[in-house]
Amino acid sequence: MTTQVLRENRLILAHLYFGTIALMVGASFGLLQALSRAQWAKAPVWFDYYRMLTAHGVLNAIVFTTFFICGLTTLLTYRAIPRERSLVIGWLAFAVMAFGSVMAAITILKGDATVLYTFYAPLKASPWFYIGATLLVVGTWIVMIDLIANALWYSRAHPGERLPLVVHGSVTTFVMWFIATIGVAIEMLVFLIPWSLGLVPTVDVMFTRVLFWYFGHPLVYFWIMGAYLIWYNLVPRFYGGKVFSDSLTRLAFILLLLLSTPVGLHHQFMEPGISAGWKWLHTMTTYGVVIPSVLTAFAIFASFELAAQRAGRKGLIATIAWLPWKNPAFSGPALGMILFIFGGIGGVVNASYAMDTLIHNTMWIVGHFHVTVGGPVALSFLGAAYWIIPRLTGRKLWAPGLALAQTYTWFVGMAIMSTAMHWAGILGSPRRTDDVTYTGMAAATSWMPQMHWAAIGGSILFLSILMFVAVAVGTLFTPKTESDPIVPAAVEAESMPTPAILDRIGTWATVAIVLAVLAYAGPIHELIAAHPYGVPGMRTW
Amino acid sequence: MYRSERIWLIAGIITLIVFLGILGVAAVHDDIVPPSHLKTIDPAKIAQTPPFDNPGLRRLDAHTYEAYIVARIFSFNPSTMTVPVGSTVHFYATSPDVVHGFFITNTAINMMVVPGWVSEDSHTFETPGTYLLLCNEYCGSGHHFMYGEVVVK
Repeated sequence: MTTQVLRENRLILAHLYFGTIALMVGASFGLLQALSRAQWAKAPVWFDYYRMLTAHGVLNAIVFTTFFICGLTTLLTYRAIPRERSLVIGWLAFAVMAFGSVMAAITILKGDATVLYTFYAPLKASPWFYIGATLLVVGTWIVMIDLIANALWYSRAHPGERLPLVVHGSVTTFVMWFIATIGVAIEMLVFLIPWSLGLVPTVDVMFTRVLFWYFGHPLVYFWIMGAYLIWYNLVPRFYGGKVFSDSLTRLAFILLLLLSTPVGLHHQFMEPGISAGWKWLHTMTTYGVVIPSVLTAFAIFASFELAAQRAGRKGLIATIAWLPWKNPAFSGPALGMILFIFGGIGGVVNASYAMDTLIHNTMWIVGHFHVTVGGPVALSFLGAAYWIIPRLTGRKLWAPGLALAQTYTWFVGMAIMSTAMHWAGILGSPRRTDDVTYTGMAAATSWMPQMHWAAIGGSILFLSILMFVAVAVGTLFTPKTESDPIVPAAVEAESMPTPAILDRIGTWATVAIVLAVLAYAGPIHELIAAHPYGVPGMRTW
Repeated sequence: MYRSERIWLIAGIITLIVFLGILGVAAVHDDIVPPSHLKTIDPAKIAQTPPFDNPGLRRLDAHTYEAYIVARIFSFNPSTMTVPVGSTVHFYATSPDVVHGFFITNTAINMMVVPGWVSEDSHTFETPGTYLLLCNEYCGSGHHFMYGEVVVK
């Protein structure tokens, strides 16, 4: 490896290992929560349930995922555009993200920000929590600037050539992320930070909620686009296959860019202050994501099948059996895809306007996001890490058998836990609640068996995370070896060239912003017209 | 484009239309819409603002009730309501402090209660029993103590 590549590898490893630490710490709290809800172990008094819950959500859903995605997109972009480049911007981004994350995490652990990862006003946290979280977001913007700068350099150096597929996907992911994070940035800078510093006396609660969910749903597509980058571009390598289609891949990312933001009100169906018409509009736009999902499912299966046919395998069973289920880099993402089927079905219920009434804020929702961000997303990141990390450290993967077992135990643990959570939710068990026994009322008795299953699944998941951490740390100390380079899978020969319009990310970003404005101008105008009262806020923990 | 690719895409679009069609019919024909009222209230003056100055269950006729509920940390007022089988109850809830949830298990009553706003929804209780009413939005350290019951007999 050249010195340039070695220097780049250190930056990417920093992202991946920082994310791993966040995963490990956050998951420890997750285990305690699962045991606590099952009434098997009570949290020690010095560390209350809701503080752990905040730490679990922030560290796992936000810090872990964001660092992994930044590491992954930087890696794919740098390798696709090899050149002598300064890493100052890259390291600056990492430093700002890490500093902000640590600031927010310490504030949470001290007990000054027990507001959960949705930080709904008027629960009033210490300003350090809001500032730390804002710095994490600002750091990701610097990552975006770095990726775009590299893409522009490539376009200038290769006039008339198309952006490499992985660069197109990485930049599109971050442009989507940027448009989405403007919402949370306004929420933080205009509303929450001045208010928590005492500069303004009250906060407009519904306004902050709308801004949060303007960001909150695209956040989940940010995770999914990270997983899709792996599914489209890396996974085919593990069975000697190819990317099914260049144009379809680019189209899927552009559609996610367009459909991520104008959908957030489907998280607010049960709230006053937003009329039913706007909620219905966001129901329709939310369902639009069916199209890129169907395209992706088709492309993944088609890539499996074409590769299997080349290897002389025909038919469904033969294709499935032929796939490299003993390679953790494949089994991780592939098992994640299976979980994603259930995540998608559950999501259809959540987004369905009236049906959401039955499961809103119940354990069903917790089951849903564990089988999505904790399923396909986390399994794809961890699986891909087994392939990426040895190639970055230049060492052998430590204990590949343990790595393989990790992907399967995760799958089993998540299947058990999320099934139990969905079930408990249908019975009415609320999410985000320390003690769900309600002095033995009949409804509460009905869901306790599911809480026990969730604790069993959660314990298996925790074991699985320990296995991942062992392999990730062990791989820092194995003997040096030369591996094949990190190159994405090649693309199948296509009958027609990719339409050039799909490469015009700037144009699509403009369309995405217009769609977001169209979807939100009405409800925001409605909120302002209602002259809502400001609320002083308080610390209720 | 492969033939199979086109089939998938068309199947996806048809799924989309069917889903939205079902929800659209449910919303327009059966009036199944989520609670979406735009009524505001000064959260600092709930105790002086009728009808929330006197929270409780009001009987309109033999089978129709109105329930005015103040959700505050960490209790509902009133926390127990008793109605006869077959009663339709119109629930109105608001909060003087932080965001709460208003959820009655085994019913379709599930509302966010936001300070500054009044949330409303209605339900007809056809089956006798004791329904668990609980706060399903985290509101602070005593959140899990925030519950009550609706007795239908």
